[in-house]
Amino acid sequence: MTFNARSAWAIYKRELMRFLRTAFQSVLSPVLTTSLYFIVFGAAIGSRMPDLGGVSYAAFIIPGLLMLTLLGETTSNSSFGIYMPRFTGTIYELLSAPVGVAETLVGFVGAAATKSLILAGIILATAMLFVDYTIAHPFWAILYIMLVASSFSLFGFILGIWADNFEKLGIIPMLFLTPLTFLGGTFYSIDMLPKPWDTIALANPIVYLVNGLRWTFYGTSDVSIGVSLGLTLGFLAICVAIIAIIFKTGWRLRS
Amino acid sequence: MATKGNCAMNLSPMQPILEISGLTKRYAGGLVALDNVDLAINRGELFALLGPNGAGKTTLIGAVCGLVRPTSGTIRAFGHDLAKDWRTARARIGLVPQELATDMFEPVERAVAYSRELFGLAPDKARIEEILRSLSLWDKRKERIMALSGGMKRRLLIAKALAHEPDLLFLDEPTAGVDVELRRDMWKLIGAMRERGVTIILTTHYIEEAEEMADRVGIIRNGRILMVDDKAEMMKRLGRTEAVISLASPLSNIPASLEHFAIHLENAGSSICYRGGDGTGKGRSEVADLTKALIAAGIDYTGIDIRESSLEDIFVDLVEERETEGVQ
Ligand SMILES: Nc1ncnc2c1ncn2[C@@H]1O[C@H](COP(=O)(O)OP(=O)(O)O)[C@@H](O)[C@H]1O
Ligand SMILES: [Mg+2]
Repeated sequence: MTFNARSAWAIYKRELMRFLRTAFQSVLSPVLTTSLYFIVFGAAIGSRMPDLGGVSYAAFIIPGLLMLTLLGETTSNSSFGIYMPRFTGTIYELLSAPVGVAETLVGFVGAAATKSLILAGIILATAMLFVDYTIAHPFWAILYIMLVASSFSLFGFILGIWADNFEKLGIIPMLFLTPLTFLGGTFYSIDMLPKPWDTIALANPIVYLVNGLRWTFYGTSDVSIGVSLGLTLGFLAICVAIIAIIFKTGWRLRS
Repeated sequence: MATKGNCAMNLSPMQPILEISGLTKRYAGGLVALDNVDLAINRGELFALLGPNGAGKTTLIGAVCGLVRPTSGTIRAFGHDLAKDWRTARARIGLVPQELATDMFEPVERAVAYSRELFGLAPDKARIEEILRSLSLWDKRKERIMALSGGMKRRLLIAKALAHEPDLLFLDEPTAGVDVELRRDMWKLIGAMRERGVTIILTTHYIEEAEEMADRVGIIRNGRILMVDDKAEMMKRLGRTEAVISLASPLSNIPASLEHFAIHLENAGSSICYRGGDGTGKGRSEVADLTKALIAAGIDYTGIDIRESSLEDIFVDLVEERETEGVQ
């Protein structure tokens, strides 16, 4: 298989520049939102909450909040990255270039994932202003964040190709991602749920993401890290397969 | 390369740069935009594709450039089958699309540099500068694309298409909606690219331009190529001379001595109308003979209007002719 590294690098660079142009908004909004969550849930409510699994409530919600922002921002960044060229017609250039699925993914998805990593770093730094916390497995934390960022960049990419209007572009994150993340144990441990909800909650895939990240932070979680890791990798593989099919058939890309 | 004139194998030593055969495109809705198209483009030529709106010009270009998936048929560029060796071929093809599709916020210079690298070439500031200067975009290199006028955006699209130094360039209606001055510049530029050996395929509405610049012309309608010919050949085959001779006093009928000319009376007998010849000047000499015959017959005239039919007339005739054929 041929890989045109120069082309992939060109796309990656350009997408990152697009991010830097709007860096202020891209960073300000998540930082503000996260700060508000810490003030309301961490400081105001958290002070009346017992520790969960040996972690203060304010610290407990950090991985969940990070996941909340990460999933939303990554998906929307990535979906916009490919949707806008389709919408404005500039995608003609990409389609006429000697560039295949590999270069496109490394370029677009790599850039979206990079943005998410930067964002994650900023959110964790913001959290430090409010909460005293340490990360138990920093290596795994970074790896897991990278894995989630890549998976949801791919997911966003599919969304951006599937959507044929702006409503559709926004509907999946709004209708599924945000509610499932809220219900996915961001602000609570699913052990705290009454029966049968604690079991039903396990059907929510986001539970595994939040808990996977929580394990890398504090070494404890509601589900095993192996299951979390396996599910995330499976999701990533499914997204790659779908994108490969999209490129092979030209679906929504070539008329 | 000593070739013997009688060697049949060497009759066409130049392989076409682009060979399209049996190309059909049926869109999802069922519309057949290209119907079994065969077309060969020679290296270094400027080929003009003429056709009314919806004829399939953009679809044809899209099929070569990878924007449209052919339903059937084969396309070979530089000897590579595009279905298999698309990477190699695409790296050498440039496209200036019909629609002004541009990024809004990107600065001009960066947009052109991106195009070069996207096509796999190493960054080259000097080359980018040369391209921007040749398109009068150098002064605007730092500006965001959205600050450019429509004409400037079109130049930018050309600059982007040239950034990877293509050997084959498609220009889809490059002068549509462009002011006169820019159009002239554009043609100068196209002329210069052709001098450099770039093969150019363009579509245009301005037939005079095709007439002036193109080596060969193809006429397409309803997804079918009606005719491809050397421009001079086409004029010779289909060209006509038209002359209107205003008479000093009206005639009621054409005298027998003039009957062998292809003429008829118009404006209640106050003018004689000639239509004939073949686009190589035969018509003009016939008109000269006609005027001598008029004098010999004692018919006085006050003026002569003479014109050669343009490619446009030919084009309109041809398209209308096929249209009426289609109705029957
Ligand atoms: N994406 C598409 N889906 C369906 N029909 C299309 C599409 N693009 C073009 N067509 C139709 O195909 C025909 C040829 O279009 P086009 O190639 O754009 O013609 P031209 O460029 O000569 O004006 C037209 O009837 C047009 O409506
Ligand atoms: Mg067109």
